[in-house]
Order: sequence, then structure tokens, then C-alpha cells
Amino acid sequence: MALLDTYGLTATYGDFQALFGVDITLGEAETIAIIGANGAGKTTLMRSISGVLRNAPGMVQFNGRDIGALAADEIMAQGVAMVPEGRKLFPSLSVEENLLIGTYGRRVSGHWSLGSVYDLFPILKDRRHSPGTALSGGQQQMVAIGRALMSNPRVLLCDEISLGLAPVVIKDIYKAVPAIKAAGASLIVVEQDIGQAMAVADRVYCMMEGRVTLTGAPDALSRDAIHDAYFGAGQ
Amino acid sequence: MIWVDTVAQGILLGGLYALFAAGLSLVFGIMRLVNLAHGDLIVVGAYLILLLVTLLGLPPFLAALVAMPLMFALGWGLQKFLLNRTLGDDILPPLLVTFGLSIVFQNALLEGFSADSQRLPTDALTTASVAIGPLNLGVMPLLTFASAVAVIVGLNQLFYRTSLGRAFRATSDDPVTASLMGIKPASIFATATGIALIIVTIAALYLGLRANFDPNIGPARLIYAFEAVIIGGLGSLWGTLLGGIIIGVAQTVGAAINPEWQILAGHLAFLAVLLVRPRGLFPRAND
Ligand SMILES: Nc1ncnc2c1ncn2[C@@H]1O[C@H](COP(=O)(O)OP(=O)(O)OP(=O)(O)O)[C@@H](O)[C@H]1O
Ligand SMILES: [Mg+2]
Repeated sequence: MALLDTYGLTATYGDFQALFGVDITLGEAETIAIIGANGAGKTTLMRSISGVLRNAPGMVQFNGRDIGALAADEIMAQGVAMVPEGRKLFPSLSVEENLLIGTYGRRVSGHWSLGSVYDLFPILKDRRHSPGTALSGGQQQMVAIGRALMSNPRVLLCDEISLGLAPVVIKDIYKAVPAIKAAGASLIVVEQDIGQAMAVADRVYCMMEGRVTLTGAPDALSRDAIHDAYFGAGQ
Repeated sequence: MIWVDTVAQGILLGGLYALFAAGLSLVFGIMRLVNLAHGDLIVVGAYLILLLVTLLGLPPFLAALVAMPLMFALGWGLQKFLLNRTLGDDILPPLLVTFGLSIVFQNALLEGFSADSQRLPTDALTTASVAIGPLNLGVMPLLTFASAVAVIVGLNQLFYRTSLGRAFRATSDDPVTASLMGIKPASIFATATGIALIIVTIAALYLGLRANFDPNIGPARLIYAFEAVIIGGLGSLWGTLLGGIIIGVAQTVGAAINPEWQILAGHLAFLAVLLVRPRGLFPRAND
């Protein structure tokens, strides 16, 4: 049985429908990537799974439980943590406080703690008393990832962790993924960078206009199929 | 020498105003809610203490201690079941609802206790004074000021040293991202208002021990509290204490020149600070 599934997930902003029946499945110890153009609905999907957008009952199953209608704080407490798009550090909190608050709703002992997060991203230890927002973009992304890891989640949702970062910084950040997997989390990674998505994921979902248009293992997908799924056939 | 004494009295009076203001500042800092019923809640607290004193025969300080959890519960419930529903992008609903609450509290107190003015019973200690150098200071004003400092130190410890305090600051920054940390913003807000009403109870104790009160004095206390908060800079607790002191000193100095100028001098000091520093003395960087 999969660890996390969505069943015909829909989402709306007022009158605007952003998701039209999305089905994805995430296995234990698996990493999936969600790719798609701007506005495809990737962030909306992450916000729906994490409960920031409320769903109907039955639309999301996690660990054998229906979490479709739960609030974000309840879903987090079950073990689904999110690294939100744009990092969203708390400006009033120092780096270390940003990390510590990641355990507020879920205190589970496991691999991740302040010490192991500092081992993963040593630069954060030197900057631990700085305001979170005084760091560079890459360092802020490290804080956002560390903050989500602090609760020892079963599922980690990463929304465009490479956004706006230099290639060498992106490489540094993705170096953390094997350690995150080794500690027992499954990942859903939203990426605009298709190469990065292909490199990290066991399976890829491509979205367009609120629907999944293509899915498969990275090496089974041709460039043309991805191009069509990304931009629509005939573009 | 008389001026030194006047200023010292004013500083101590500022402690009372800081106590009026600290709860207002706390709630505004965390949820950007301006509670227009804050002054009336202080008066409600004073009547609650009076009730416990007369019904149970408790001394006022013990009665205030008993009143604290009750006031916390009142604040928690008010926030959870009423005020949380008014929060949003529009600033008008919370103003209207708390303005309505202010009227409800005043009338409920009038019904229950009549318009007669009341006072908490004082004993020898509360009317005593001590000589400090050339100054002769009342024990009660000294206690009030010490309580204000203790409240502000305590709130700062809570804010910067505890997990709940982190959650307060995070929720104030960004409630949606806070919910991704497992925080329930609605409960955080309810807890914050509950804590604000514990401070209100302390303010009510000194209000009732130092002067007469009746059901209609709430709005004037709200104005002093507002002025202290705004002088200090919205959300800064030490700034709120300084704001209280500025109003207190202005009032006692004004009264020393001409007794009729006491209240006016406080308001003028407020306007003067606002002219020079429109965002208060210690504004927060990200407001
Ligand atoms: N708060 C909102 N209110 C209204 N419409 C929204 C809102 N957020 C997103 N949308 C719309 O929903 C659609 C999907 O947006 P979403 O942010 O999920 O896309 P995305 O795939 O994450 O894009 P990007 O790659 O730019 O981050 C878009 O058409 C967007 O305009
Ligand atoms: Mg997005």
C-alpha cells in the first residue's frame, strides 16, 4: 500500500478551479517529482496535500488514514512536513528558532535534531543567532528544509527549493536529499528544473493546467513526451 | 526639590499606565487586533476582584490571584468564539465588535453593580509610604511600578525564551506558514488574549486599590493605554512602559503647575511625541 495518495483531488480559488481531479501516489521510501510550467498547479497541489487549502474528505490518504479534510496543523502532526514555495522563514525568529519551531506540532525522536540539521548544513550553525531573513537565498532554503526536517516527517513536500538560486547552490542543497531519504522520509519534490527533477526522482509527474498529463520513471520518458506534457501537444 | 518629587510620582504613575497598556500591546502585537473593550475589561476585572473580596472575604491581592484564571478563561473564550471570527484583511469588524463589547460590559456592570463608585479595601500597608533619600514615595505606587516591570520582564521571557513565545512570534509573522509547523493560530490567539487578561487583572487590582472605580471609567483607561502603546511604538513592551512613564510624568507635572491641567498635559505629551516620532519611540522594523 502506498504511503500517500490523492484521489481526484480538486482545488479552487474562489471561482477559479486550479486542480481538476489529480491522482498521485507516493510509495514508502520513494521520491517523486512534480514538474510543469508556471501556473500548472504544482504549488496548489502541495498546499492541498498539506492542508493549507482544505479538501473534501477522501481526497487524500496518508498512512492508511483519510487526511483529506484535516487542517494543516493536524496533517503536520501526522508526519507530513512542507518546505513552502518562497521558503517563508519567520522574520521575527533567529535561524535556530526557525529550526526549533519546526517541532511545535510534532515532537518525534528520530534522526533529525538541531545537531543533525547543523551537520547537514554546517553554515547554519555559524549563523544560528542571525535573523532567518538576514541569510542568503541558499542559506534561507537550508533553514526552510531543516525546519521541516526537525519534526522527523514521514513525507517531505519540497516546493521549488531551487528557485532563484545559483547552480552551485542548487547542487549543495540537493546534496542533502540522500541523507533525508536515508533518515526514512519519502519526498515529493516540485521542480521547474527538469534535469534536477529527473536526477532525483524515482518517478515524475508532469502537470499542465491543473491536470496530470504524464507520469513515469525518468528514463522511460522521452524528451518529446515531456515537452508535450509540459506545454501541450503541437506547441 | 518639589520637582524631583513630582517627577518621581509621575514615573511611578507611569507604571499603572503601563499595566493598563501591556495587555493591549500584547494582543495588538500578535494579531493586529485593537481591542476597544480593553479598558472595560480592566473594570470588569476590578469588579470581579471586589466580588471575591466581599463574597469570600479574601484580601485584595489573594482575590486578584483567584481572579486571574477566571479572567484568562474569559479572554480565551472571547477570542476563540468571537474575536477570531472578526480577524481578516478588513480592520473594521474587530473595531466594531470590540466597541460593541465595550458597551455590553459597561451596561452589564451598571445592571449588576449600579453606577455607585467602589473601591477595594485598603490596609495600613497599602497607604504607607517610604522615604528614599529626599523622596517620600507611597508603597502602593512603588508596588504598581514594580509589578509593571515584572509583567514586562515576564512577557519578554515568555516571548523570547519559550516554545509558546516562538509560536506567538511565528503566528504574528505568518499564520499560514505557522500552521505548517503544527501551530493552530486560533488557539494561539486565544491563549494570547487569555494572557492579556491576566495582566488586565493585575492592572485592575491596582486600579481598584488606588482610586475609586465605577462601570463607566473603562474608555478613559483605554485612552491612557492607547497613548502609552503608541508613544512606545506598536508592539514594543519596554516602549509601552516608557510611554506610560511619559504620560504619567506629564500628568503629575501638569497637575503641579495647575491641578486642572493634569489630564490635558498627558494628552499633550502624547501629541508632542507623535509629532516628533509618528511611529513611536521604538517602532518595529517590519510593520
Ligand atoms: N491565491 C490564489 N488566488 C487565485 N488564484 C490562484 C492563487 N494561487 C494560485 N492561483 C492560480 O492557480 C493556478 C495554479 O497556480 P500554482 O501556484 O499552483 O502554480 P504553480 O504550478 O505552482 O506555478 P509556479 O511554477 O509559477 O510556482 C494559476 O493559474 C494561478 O494563477
Ligand atoms: Mg508554484
